[in-house]
Amino acid sequence: MDLAVLLAIQVLYAIASLALISVGLAIIFGMMRVINLAHGEFLMLGGYAAIVATSHGISIWIAMLVVAPIVVGLIGVVVERTIIRFLYGRMIDTMLATWGLSLFLVGLTTAIFGNTTVGISAPLGSFQIGAYRTSAYTLFVITVAAVVLAVIFVVMRWTRLGLIARGTMQNANMASALGVNPPRVYAITFGLGAALSGLAGAVLAPVSGVFPTIGVAYVAKSFITVIGGGAAILSGTVSASALFGSINQIATFVTTPVFGEVALLAAAIILIRLLPQGITGRFFRRGL
Amino acid sequence: MNARALNLIGLGLVGVIGIAFLVLVPRFFELDVVLEFTVYMIMAILALSLALIWGYGGILCFGQSAFFGLGAYTYAIAMFNIGESTVPLLLAVIVPAAFAALLGYFMFYGRISDVYLGVITLTVTLILFNSINSTAGPEFHIGSARLGGFNGIPGIPPLNVPGNKRAPIDLEGMFYLATAALLATYFGLRLLLASRFGRIIVGIRENERRAELLGYDPRAYKLATFTIGGALAGFAGCLFANWGNFVSPTIFGLAQSAQIIIWVIVGGRGTLIGPIVGCIGIQWLTTALGANQPSGGSDWWAKIFANAPLIFGIILIAFVLLVPKGLVPTLGDIGQSLLASRGKEAKRLQPKRAEEG
Amino acid sequence: MRVNRRTFLQSTAAIAAAGMFSSSAWAEDPINVASIHDLSGGLDIYGKPMVDALTLAIEEANAAGGLLGRQVKLINYDTQSNMQLYTQFAQQAALKDKVAVVHGGITSASREVIRPVLDKFKTLYFYNTQYEGGVCDRNQFDTGVTPAQTVEKLVPHAMKKWGKKVYVVAADYNYGQITSQWVKKYVTENGGEVSSIDFFPLDVTNFGPTISKIQAAKPDFVWSALVGGAHISFYRQWAAAGMRKSIPMASTTFAVGNEHIVLSPDECNGMLICYNYFQDLKNPVNESFVASFHKRFGTDYPNITELAMGTYQGFRLWAEAVKKAGSVDRMKVIEALETGISIDAPSGKVTIDPPTHHCVLDVHIAEVADKKLKVLEDFAQQKPADTAAVCDLIKNPTDNQQYVIKI
Repeated sequence: MDLAVLLAIQVLYAIASLALISVGLAIIFGMMRVINLAHGEFLMLGGYAAIVATSHGISIWIAMLVVAPIVVGLIGVVVERTIIRFLYGRMIDTMLATWGLSLFLVGLTTAIFGNTTVGISAPLGSFQIGAYRTSAYTLFVITVAAVVLAVIFVVMRWTRLGLIARGTMQNANMASALGVNPPRVYAITFGLGAALSGLAGAVLAPVSGVFPTIGVAYVAKSFITVIGGGAAILSGTVSASALFGSINQIATFVTTPVFGEVALLAAAIILIRLLPQGITGRFFRRGL
Repeated sequence: MNARALNLIGLGLVGVIGIAFLVLVPRFFELDVVLEFTVYMIMAILALSLALIWGYGGILCFGQSAFFGLGAYTYAIAMFNIGESTVPLLLAVIVPAAFAALLGYFMFYGRISDVYLGVITLTVTLILFNSINSTAGPEFHIGSARLGGFNGIPGIPPLNVPGNKRAPIDLEGMFYLATAALLATYFGLRLLLASRFGRIIVGIRENERRAELLGYDPRAYKLATFTIGGALAGFAGCLFANWGNFVSPTIFGLAQSAQIIIWVIVGGRGTLIGPIVGCIGIQWLTTALGANQPSGGSDWWAKIFANAPLIFGIILIAFVLLVPKGLVPTLGDIGQSLLASRGKEAKRLQPKRAEEG
Repeated sequence: MRVNRRTFLQSTAAIAAAGMFSSSAWAEDPINVASIHDLSGGLDIYGKPMVDALTLAIEEANAAGGLLGRQVKLINYDTQSNMQLYTQFAQQAALKDKVAVVHGGITSASREVIRPVLDKFKTLYFYNTQYEGGVCDRNQFDTGVTPAQTVEKLVPHAMKKWGKKVYVVAADYNYGQITSQWVKKYVTENGGEVSSIDFFPLDVTNFGPTISKIQAAKPDFVWSALVGGAHISFYRQWAAAGMRKSIPMASTTFAVGNEHIVLSPDECNGMLICYNYFQDLKNPVNESFVASFHKRFGTDYPNITELAMGTYQGFRLWAEAVKKAGSVDRMKVIEALETGISIDAPSGKVTIDPPTHHCVLDVHIAEVADKKLKVLEDFAQQKPADTAAVCDLIKNPTDNQQYVIKI
């Protein structure tokens, strides 16, 4: 029984972390059709922002939940203004540019921080489930993911910003004709996507550690999740994370981490074969 | 001068330069340069395989390294079991081609297209990476070849003169072989693209629906293109395993896959010479950035100049912004505008660019 | 000799070069020494300290008047964690730079890429990393420790302290696989039991399910042979689950990548490790070495690692052999090394073991204590017994392979 509860928590955690690392990419890709290969590095920067802030005496909660998203969001806006905005409509070129950006950011962080960076350890301690102990921080990550997704839902569904965003996403020309200023929407979107990635990177930093090349561990997985989810940002990310996260974690628990990883990837292939437009191409079509 | 003549002149030029390169490099350069050029030639064949699939076939394949790696692994495993290189070489082409055919059938007949193709191919290569990576234990072997996991397979025997296993091909021989293979691939693809088949796949790339309504089955043509590309990549993988006598799972990794795409973008999609130039240029740059590092400096400048990813990243970003079409098409444009200032008929060439190169 | 254009160009270039150098202060050209390490990409955490140590060793040699009256010049290659570049740079070092020796390679994979290239082009090779053992090649010298030298000591020490039931977690590659087999062997020999061995690919960061499995198995301690940046998250998640207090841990891989500095004291204090070198070793040679290292690279240098010391000692051994041979000629230096050359290094006495080309050296058990490594016990002059069981280059000088040692 206690094992079942523990496993359930771990499956939820896997889903939550997958959703967290993917949602920033989903917004950038879903709204702008930009394949951001520097996504992993945005997550990495979030981790560094949190570390630097805590080492300057800022509370770890503020560092993770406020400082990291703001810093990475601003970096995102700068990147959009200096590089990405010249490349709209050229999906392939953004791939090359963001790959370059990813190398650049790895090089820059190595130059600034070296490669031995003191990390932050997970706060909140641990708790007992029957015979097992597990980290209370796991529950915190799950909560953060739930809150982030809920906020995105509210913003998209009921605010003017959300309306404009959905409009631009569905038909940028039409939105433009109706008086929306697409460049501004794009800059804000890119910044928001980056900020969410920064938040995710910071929240996961105490679990996964922070080093300059950690981005590689994230980028492929979040990319696969986003595409597997399909066009709708929110329901796509949630449904794909739920599917891949639980498959991955259960397979890992029953067999080995390698098999868990392979099971996730294989599930992605089968999913796309069955639903060539991703999950939300078929289900939840009216979702966000 | 008309388009056809210009095209032939270009083709002739490539041939002359290629043959001159083939003959002259080993005479004028030290062995280390010859060896370096050898790997550039091999990678250029890999670049051409994606140039065909993506640049002409319009299939965004993010996992070309899967076929490259399969070729290398197949050769290595077959070589340890057979000991004579003719069959391993053939297998190293056939296995990746068959794999590409299966995967292609799975994708194209499932009507998967666009970015979803990219994700599936990426996922496939990552599965191969993860699987091969976890074969470190002694229980993982195929015949007498141990798979070796992360460490890969070292000490792969080189190709030999067909039929005579006591006559291995030496280092200069490998250079001749790789360069000749690259030239053959280039001209072979030019022929293929000039044929009816080539026209049809470019037509499908331009407008799949229209091609379908005209009675061509895009799925079959894409499948064929994909399989040819897989075979070429496998062949390059076999040569690569020969060059370093070594193969490891990183050959399937994300960095390797992205690299191939970057060669093609940098050189120019929709050309054949472009990806070759892009590949050699990027490879050369990576090597040059890693060579002769300043050591032990703790000041800022040393940190920046010794920082290969930093510099490489800046160059790539600058490149996208300044040379958006890729190297060869941009040079082509410059050349044409020079020509246009002399004769007006050059202007009519513009729309045809997609088929040249 | 057949004179063709290439040899002609070569000889004219040589004449020109000779002309250029005759005006310099040194009687002859410098001796080229190549370093081939990952200085960027995922493995730079290991490579950078190694190159720093090599730089210092060479600068010291030059300050003392060079070798054989010639300056030593470091040619430093960054392989960017890319295997293809290992091949290319090994070729360049041997053929273009014509180096007297190559120091380099971090993972066993990179060593097996370099080794045949340098064999082919007859260039001496030093591999300075701790590894799984078993390489037998007359052209190569190995200055790192192998499992028989460290695991053999640490297993009984940890079992005496904590108990007999051991759970092993290891990186899923050659080194992790072989090391965990050695752990199993010594645990069994000491009357204990290995309850499970779990392997993790080097990029795994989620250890939640594994931690639950370990809790279910209830071992007396955990043995970690985890490697690299991603695996640091195991220690984090272990501590976050509150396990550090109830189940202790021992390792022969921890701290090589400065894990004890990256993690907080709460996450790793009390862990036992075993290596050849620790920065806090108390002996005069080490104290003066640490002082000059800090003078050169700054006192805020995080930690002088095991691998850095291996590289430093590797260069010193080679330099000693060059002096003895009176030449940088490859065969003469190999023969000089095979006389069993030894040096007084910061880690203690280090001697080349002629039949295996590995080193006889001191090992120490230490405990992680507040970002430092506190030495608990010393074992003098450990032989590379694992490799010695399969390799004898005095009897079979032409042997050239990596043995899989039967455990």
